[in-house]
Amino acid sequence: MVKFLLNRLAMMLLTMLCASFLVFAVCEYTPGSVARKSLGPFATQQQVDLLTAKLKANDPLVVRYGRWLGVLVGAIPDPLQDPSTGLNFKDPRGAQYFGNFGYSTLNKLPVNDVIWNRLGNTAILAGLAFLLIVPLSIIFGILSGLKEGGALDRTLSVICITFTSIPEFASGVFLVTLFVILWPILPGTSPLTSDGGWAIPYQFVLPVAVLVIYDFGYVARMIRVSMIAVMERPYIRTAVLKGMSTRRVILGHALRNAMIAPFTVLLLQINFLISGVVVTELVFAYPGFGRLILEASLFGDISTLEAATLITVAIAVVTQLLGDLGYMLLDPRIRVR
Amino acid sequence: MNLIVSNPQGSAMSGSSPSHTVLDVNDLRIEFHGKSETVVAVPTLSFRVKAGESYGLVGESGCGKSTTAMAIMGYLGSTGVIAGGSIRFEGKELVGASARELREIRGRQIAMVYQDPMSALNPVKTIGSQLAEVPLLHLGVSRTEAMEMAAAMLEDVRLPDAGDMLKRYPHQLSGGQQQRVVIAMALLARPSLLLLDEPTTGLDVTVEAAVIDLIGELRSRYSTSLLFISHNLGLIAETCDRVGIMYSGEMVEEGPTGDLFRRPRHPYTQGLIDCIPDITHDKRSRSLAAIPGHIPLPQERPIGCFFAPRCTGFTAGLCDRPDLELEHIGGDHMVRCIRWRDMKRSQPAQLAQIGKAQVQTQAVAVSGLTKLYKLGGDRTLKANESVSFNAAKAEIVALVGESGCGKSTLARIVTGLDRATSGEVRIAGENVAEIQAKDRPRDLLQSVQMIFQNPDSTLNPSHCAAFSIRRSIKKFGIRKGKAAIEERVRELLEMVRLSPAIANRKPNQLSGGQKQRIAIARAFAADPALIVADEPVSALDVSVQAAIVTLLLDIQREKQSTMLFISHDLALVRHVADKVVVMYLGKVMEQGTVEEVFDGGTHPYTEALISAIRSPNPDEKRRDRVHLTGDTPSPINVPTGCRFATRCHRKVGAVCDSVAPPLRKMSDTHEIACHIDATELRTTPSRYGALGQGRA
Amino acid sequence: MATLDIPDAVQVARTKSQTRSNWMRIFYSRTALVGLFLVTFWVAAALLAPILPLPSPTDSDVMAMANPYPSAAHWLGTDILGRDILARLIFGARTVLSVAPLSVAVAMIVGITMGMLAGYYGGWIDTVISRFSDIILAFPVLVIYVILIANIGPSVMNIVIATTIASAPGIGRITRGLVLGLKEQEYIAAARLRAENTLYIMLVELLPNCRSMLIVDACLRIGYTIITIGILGFLGLGLPPPNPDWGGMVKESVTVLNVWPLMSLIPSAALVSLVLGFNLLADGMREAWKP
Repeated sequence: MVKFLLNRLAMMLLTMLCASFLVFAVCEYTPGSVARKSLGPFATQQQVDLLTAKLKANDPLVVRYGRWLGVLVGAIPDPLQDPSTGLNFKDPRGAQYFGNFGYSTLNKLPVNDVIWNRLGNTAILAGLAFLLIVPLSIIFGILSGLKEGGALDRTLSVICITFTSIPEFASGVFLVTLFVILWPILPGTSPLTSDGGWAIPYQFVLPVAVLVIYDFGYVARMIRVSMIAVMERPYIRTAVLKGMSTRRVILGHALRNAMIAPFTVLLLQINFLISGVVVTELVFAYPGFGRLILEASLFGDISTLEAATLITVAIAVVTQLLGDLGYMLLDPRIRVR
Repeated sequence: MNLIVSNPQGSAMSGSSPSHTVLDVNDLRIEFHGKSETVVAVPTLSFRVKAGESYGLVGESGCGKSTTAMAIMGYLGSTGVIAGGSIRFEGKELVGASARELREIRGRQIAMVYQDPMSALNPVKTIGSQLAEVPLLHLGVSRTEAMEMAAAMLEDVRLPDAGDMLKRYPHQLSGGQQQRVVIAMALLARPSLLLLDEPTTGLDVTVEAAVIDLIGELRSRYSTSLLFISHNLGLIAETCDRVGIMYSGEMVEEGPTGDLFRRPRHPYTQGLIDCIPDITHDKRSRSLAAIPGHIPLPQERPIGCFFAPRCTGFTAGLCDRPDLELEHIGGDHMVRCIRWRDMKRSQPAQLAQIGKAQVQTQAVAVSGLTKLYKLGGDRTLKANESVSFNAAKAEIVALVGESGCGKSTLARIVTGLDRATSGEVRIAGENVAEIQAKDRPRDLLQSVQMIFQNPDSTLNPSHCAAFSIRRSIKKFGIRKGKAAIEERVRELLEMVRLSPAIANRKPNQLSGGQKQRIAIARAFAADPALIVADEPVSALDVSVQAAIVTLLLDIQREKQSTMLFISHDLALVRHVADKVVVMYLGKVMEQGTVEEVFDGGTHPYTEALISAIRSPNPDEKRRDRVHLTGDTPSPINVPTGCRFATRCHRKVGAVCDSVAPPLRKMSDTHEIACHIDATELRTTPSRYGALGQGRA
Repeated sequence: MATLDIPDAVQVARTKSQTRSNWMRIFYSRTALVGLFLVTFWVAAALLAPILPLPSPTDSDVMAMANPYPSAAHWLGTDILGRDILARLIFGARTVLSVAPLSVAVAMIVGITMGMLAGYYGGWIDTVISRFSDIILAFPVLVIYVILIANIGPSVMNIVIATTIASAPGIGRITRGLVLGLKEQEYIAAARLRAENTLYIMLVELLPNCRSMLIVDACLRIGYTIITIGILGFLGLGLPPPNPDWGGMVKESVTVLNVWPLMSLIPSAALVSLVLGFNLLADGMREAWKP
């Protein structure tokens, strides 16, 4: 078990390294942009060239990636914070510490000052959505999987398929039209301040609804498929022919088996919710992580983007690991001896 | 470890003597309503099971025997409907019973043992919790009491260390143990009727023997009536008091076991008995009589006798009358055949003259062959260990053994689908043991072809039936040009007795037997010198099996090809082979000519295998049964010393556990790997075998 | 209760009805028919766009700007720049219905190749391909698109590239799973024993048996890709103007949602209907082709 965990941990680190390098390569393929973006559009070419030289931004890609990694683990100080650059970038934590994501050229702040706050906001939104998605998808999935092709199954299936076909911006438009414009009972934006006159809990209703609508149907479909397969297994017949009632067969024998395969799918939704909420956050002007990623990519804020990538990939690999561990817990057949 | 002479059939006769009827099935009609069509699985069926009786329901796949069992349990799925008739259990009508009434009967009064125990048990629940459910549900006991009952029951089904077993999960048990758990589960509430649906199909023969003994023993202890459903006539003959033979949803013959098997009246029953290979005959003394044609689909059933299209005694005007009934022909014996008085049992078909292969040119020589699979860590699976044997040209060498004995791995190495770790396989003088198919020269590939086990996977479902035959002819350049190839395909189809029209059908439109014929045609399309047949008929119904085996033997004889015939079925091997190699856990236990292995002194393991064969012939002297304890050890940690030592009933002593057994030369061709010395090996077995005696 | 192991007689009978062509069986499923109708509707609209009597999708009708509601001249009204919404929808369908299937086709080719190699050969080839796929799959799909398109710029080519990177690992994983099951089949062994080369085995013996699963998957992926293209448009990363783009249409008008909601609602509904069409079709096919 210890060996397995160590193995997985190494794999996780490797995945994160590869992912961060890929993002670095895509964003920094053309060198020199850091200087321009740090100095802003009004700096002269001379100033840009000077800074570029100082930051050694013309070094080969791998060398620059190595330097970024060095800053991250606290092996070398962040070159942007060097007073000689004249940028006056100052991180209160110092220039050299473990977990230094560098300086955000977009926000002119240390990345660590921006990103965690945004991540927290998104975590609340995602957490609320996840809390609704789990029971909804299980109920829908189990009920429609009970009797494949029955009236209930067909109704629920059509609902699920329809909902998964509605992207967040479309459901945002539909819901805002309904509940903000035609029947104004909810706010159309969610800036998480009470300035607009709406209490903060109200501001969560529509964003969460949009996320749940798009996502739960997909998970429910997965659970349905698994449930159908389980209901056809001979051990369900064994349970029925023992004289058990349908309810006891489902709760005692079918449910746990039916959740084995979709368990990973369910956990993967955490990934989607953390970083896939760009659209929802944009529609409702929600100050979250997804929007940060979008803004950083559009601006070319490599430090923020790298930090965001590392965090999303870290969340992804951790949920994958949790998924595997949960899988083992649910299914005694694959427990590591 | 010791020998018990058991007779499960007789042991329960002392039940309640004025036996009342436990189960009364009357004019039962079962239909399945699909989206567009209705299939009548069982048109009309009547039979009775009396208290304390063991009733056997026999038939081939598709005859409706399992459907009937499910109908009794009230469990036909969402499409199945009981369209008529009645099922009375202890006088109570089950057809149309409410869900609540059914729940009270299921598991409590009627319990069931299923075909595949692994899938019948819930993989995520412990054995204990699954067993305890039954008393909790039906007997109103507390959880601790239920667990105690479960533990006691596990001891009754002779599972070791019941306390530990309760905490285990199904996948941690062997197949035989799982089936014991399922039996324990069925008996926990002391039901008055036990339905056994092919309870030993899929288990190894030695394990099957033990399970059957257990059922017989428990039955007498709990005085339960049995409805035993099986395709295995030998098993039914041995365990049942009365037998019903089903064909295409109908009962065609019913009677007391001895009477029915001694004097089968229905031509189908007769055919069924004649097509089973039995251990007392080999291919030189009896050829298997196959039943022509195939079982009709429910929608193709003829008017009148359903067996008519396959029957040699069909008489127009008599057999196609719609009002054929089961007729009493004396005693309890009934038959649904209007011409039963005229239906003489066909004599065993005339024997093809088979001489022994005269010239002994070596075709294949396997020596010291070892195959190890590295499993990660320091675990290795020993699939084969220093296996050696020879096959002469035109000879059929059978590799026999139970699952895990390495016979299929060996086949894969010979054909090049896998490579040996060490050792030699010489084909035409060349060592090919470590050359895989993709590295083999084309003429070598051509000379070794294979017939596979599973008719459902032997043909690519995306291509038409003749596709692979055509490819083979083309690839090996057997014929050139489109017309010549097509001509050859037609010849090959004719050789396996298939109509050329089948060539363009997709595999899902063919029956299992037809697919296996195509596979034979494909193997012979390359004109190979050596055919490796890996359990070629084990997935087929008995009546089809006989036809395929006969066909295969005919072709082999005509083409003078050498054949490695891999099988777990000793009776079949007796019927097919010239030479037999008995394997256990990757090692050869014994090899010799078919006469030597079956009639002469044998290895204790071979002895156990032979004794586990059940014959439907009631007059054949019942063989004493060798009772093996335990299960085959895993090939990952094989016992040191003799592989068979952990289960052997003739263990000499500690030497068996520690020292690899010496090879005893019984004759030029007969070798046994055993610590028991040759003279003793030669003398003892006559006690167990009842071989060589004729059919009454 | 659910149907359990279909009894023997029915199983025998069922082989009969399987003679019906696979494609024909789709027509027996109601959901598939609805899906087929929706998809056909948009495909037909997109194909016929140049010959339909539509106003130009890019010209502004200044007169309509003050009153952008549906009228005889503009059946579905106009957008904030006075351009005809119906025309923009139909011309937008041309874009989305060419880019999405094209992207998915390229992703399928790459993904199937990856999956075939990994599944058939196993060993280190499998390890390399699977590890690489795991890394890509660890990224949330949308982040891949946003990072890629924001950095390499929006164009048809780049959307195809982004879709391939984002979807090929998933397709590869499905193919690999199918191949792992199929390669142990006896007909594959038979093909090896008659000296067929590996490419032949992959293309002729394996691929046809993955067909139905992969078609269903492709259908679903076209739906997802349409959503993704819509989202990219909505995020301002869509195809550059003057290409009408459904996501972009929503983005342009969402600011005036409280005044003229139709401008946003109509393209949203169009997108949902097309995606729904593909999803229903996929579901219907899966039901119809169930083994």
